[in-house]
Amino acid sequence: MKKKINYLLENVKYPLLAIALAFLIGSIFVILTDNSPIVAYSALLDGSLGNIPKFGETLLKTTPLIMTGLAVAFAFRSGLFNIGGEGQYLVGAISTVTAAWVLQDLPGFILIPIILLAGAFGGAIWGGVPGFLKAKLGVHEVIVSIMLNYIALFLTNFLVRVTLNPSTLQGTEQKAYSVMIPEHARLLKFNEFMPVFGYSSLHVGILIAIACAVGIWFLLFKTTIGYEIRSVGHNPYASEYGGISISKNIILSMMISGGLAGLGGAMTIAGLTFKVDQSSGLPGYGFTGIAVALVGKNHPLGVLASALLFGIMSNGSRKMQFEGIPKEVVGIIQGIIIIFIAGEAMLKFMTTRKKKEEKGEVA
Amino acid sequence: MSKKIISLLLVAMMVMAMFAGCSKPAAEPATEPAAEPAAEATTEDATAEEAPAEDTAKVDMVMGMITDTGGLGDQSFNDSGWMGLERLEAEYGIERKVLESESADDYGPNLTSFAEAEVDIVYGVGFLFNESMAAAAAQFPNQKFAIIDSVVEADNVASITFAENEGSFLVGVIAGMTTETNKVGFIGGMKFPLIEKFEYGFKAGVKAANPDAEVISNYADSFEDAAKGKEIATVQHQQGADVIFHAAGGVGIGLIQAAEEQGFWAIGVDQDQSHISPERVLCSMIKRVDEGVYQVGQSVIDGNFEGGVHLFSIANEGVGYSDNAGNLTEEQVAAAEKWKAAIATGAFVVPQTEAEFNAFEVPEI
Repeated sequence: MKKKINYLLENVKYPLLAIALAFLIGSIFVILTDNSPIVAYSALLDGSLGNIPKFGETLLKTTPLIMTGLAVAFAFRSGLFNIGGEGQYLVGAISTVTAAWVLQDLPGFILIPIILLAGAFGGAIWGGVPGFLKAKLGVHEVIVSIMLNYIALFLTNFLVRVTLNPSTLQGTEQKAYSVMIPEHARLLKFNEFMPVFGYSSLHVGILIAIACAVGIWFLLFKTTIGYEIRSVGHNPYASEYGGISISKNIILSMMISGGLAGLGGAMTIAGLTFKVDQSSGLPGYGFTGIAVALVGKNHPLGVLASALLFGIMSNGSRKMQFEGIPKEVVGIIQGIIIIFIAGEAMLKFMTTRKKKEEKGEVA
Repeated sequence: MSKKIISLLLVAMMVMAMFAGCSKPAAEPATEPAAEPAAEATTEDATAEEAPAEDTAKVDMVMGMITDTGGLGDQSFNDSGWMGLERLEAEYGIERKVLESESADDYGPNLTSFAEAEVDIVYGVGFLFNESMAAAAAQFPNQKFAIIDSVVEADNVASITFAENEGSFLVGVIAGMTTETNKVGFIGGMKFPLIEKFEYGFKAGVKAANPDAEVISNYADSFEDAAKGKEIATVQHQQGADVIFHAAGGVGIGLIQAAEEQGFWAIGVDQDQSHISPERVLCSMIKRVDEGVYQVGQSVIDGNFEGGVHLFSIANEGVGYSDNAGNLTEEQVAAAEKWKAAIATGAFVVPQTEAEFNAFEVPEI
């Protein structure tokens, strides 16, 4: 038990320290913009946690971050850097709209699981491509997955403008967004069964996201599949020697990773926006997901906590803008947290090396 | 292990000390905001001492604006809308607040958080707010909303729309008269109906002034990527275009750079863009988003806010053209004014879609 607590402390202390330092340094930037850090940070907290509807909006912001954070963390465990969360998220979103349009006559209780699975499936395919190329041809997954982001963006824009446009499917005038998913395909909102959530648009996707985090934890640490994936991440050649297929696990891990990001996109469509807009830029959740995974130390439960932190900062920055503090300050704080977390890895690397040198192991 | 814990505690204490050290100077700025307005007020009084009545006439209202993902500093319609609120602030003393949207799924939550804060009116800048504003307007029936570039049918939403096709027609006439190669270019941001209004209005104007001229039209799929604008402009210029018009926000900065380097004419959009390059920006198509925001804000102050469509066209000076750098010849200005008068009186309808453009016959004016 004591060992466990020590282990937890060891893993939590650096992120907490990094967060504290980041807020401290962030306050310098707040002062530079002629504002008070106290006003800024109390606005940040009040805006994100001040009352239940505000907390609901924070959880709403947290939901996709949990999914993309899990996606990145899961791939990291098998030694892969999935930078394609953006594309997988978008493909998940567009798959959901497509499935909801094609199957709109099905009753809600069947349709909702199907469209969410369609989103996860779309993301899994999009994540599987770099996995396959890495496993079979040795193409670096970073290059492939980042390029697939842009293919996903422009493919989505094309589908929204032509194939899935209301003008094509419903005969309305040309719109800059896709058809809306039908009413009965939408996720339940919290304020429909818990009125205390007031104006918040929080939907049950948050529960699905938490379930995913627990499920991924179980998969990684309690099953053979998870053991194999982690083993490939630690040392692929040793694993192969032990009878674990490298290529199978790389493809599998990228598909699960992509599926998680895709499900994130699917839940945003089914719970919040109900349609996909034509967009000139990537949505941003995939990239923030990298930071979420990093702060969460690539542990599914750590990802939950760090996604909440990013959700708080993102939603709280609204109130900060009300107080006249530019939203970029929050971006600066996020950046500093990441630098410190990355710095921790460097620090650890140096200390272990030093220890090894002391022991005379470096020879 | 214990050594580690002690060092950790020490670090924590140091951090705390830094916090404590910081909080004192921080407390000063906290009181400053209270003092600052007073200081400002005195300087204001010093400059406008003859009109102390202004202070009492201050309107105690808060107006909120939500940008699209382009955010403030886009030198385009978000900034223009913000300028409209700036004028209201200067003239009536209202307080203005802004929320910048990080992504498209922020629109709904941003609208509700303004509505929940009970500001006097919430502006959504951009037609992408359409569906989320319709939902928010139904959820908060007593909250006043305004949307730019789109129509939301609700009593508490003012829909501020512009006849972009009319303004584009005028710069199209000018482009058609200016070109020597009989080729002009158009660069759009993204291919959706709003930007197509610019495209087909412009094409109709070119056709009206110069039936032999050809319009090369390309879309950048971006409103930010200046490098792409430069690339497209260069290709269009190589194909022979010597006057290029853009409706693409930040992409147009690249067009103007290319025009400067390669020596052809660029036509600006939204605001007068001749300040970027007085020698190479022939003229600009003007879309007064600030005027739309201002007028609707004024109606809120005067207590006669009305929902429904507020169309800004040539007839009420909401769109037009401008030439601050003085590059246009008298002949060009005369022609543009002639067409402007004809459009204002409703002598003909400027096309705004491909179908309308194909059916468009240049009228005798």
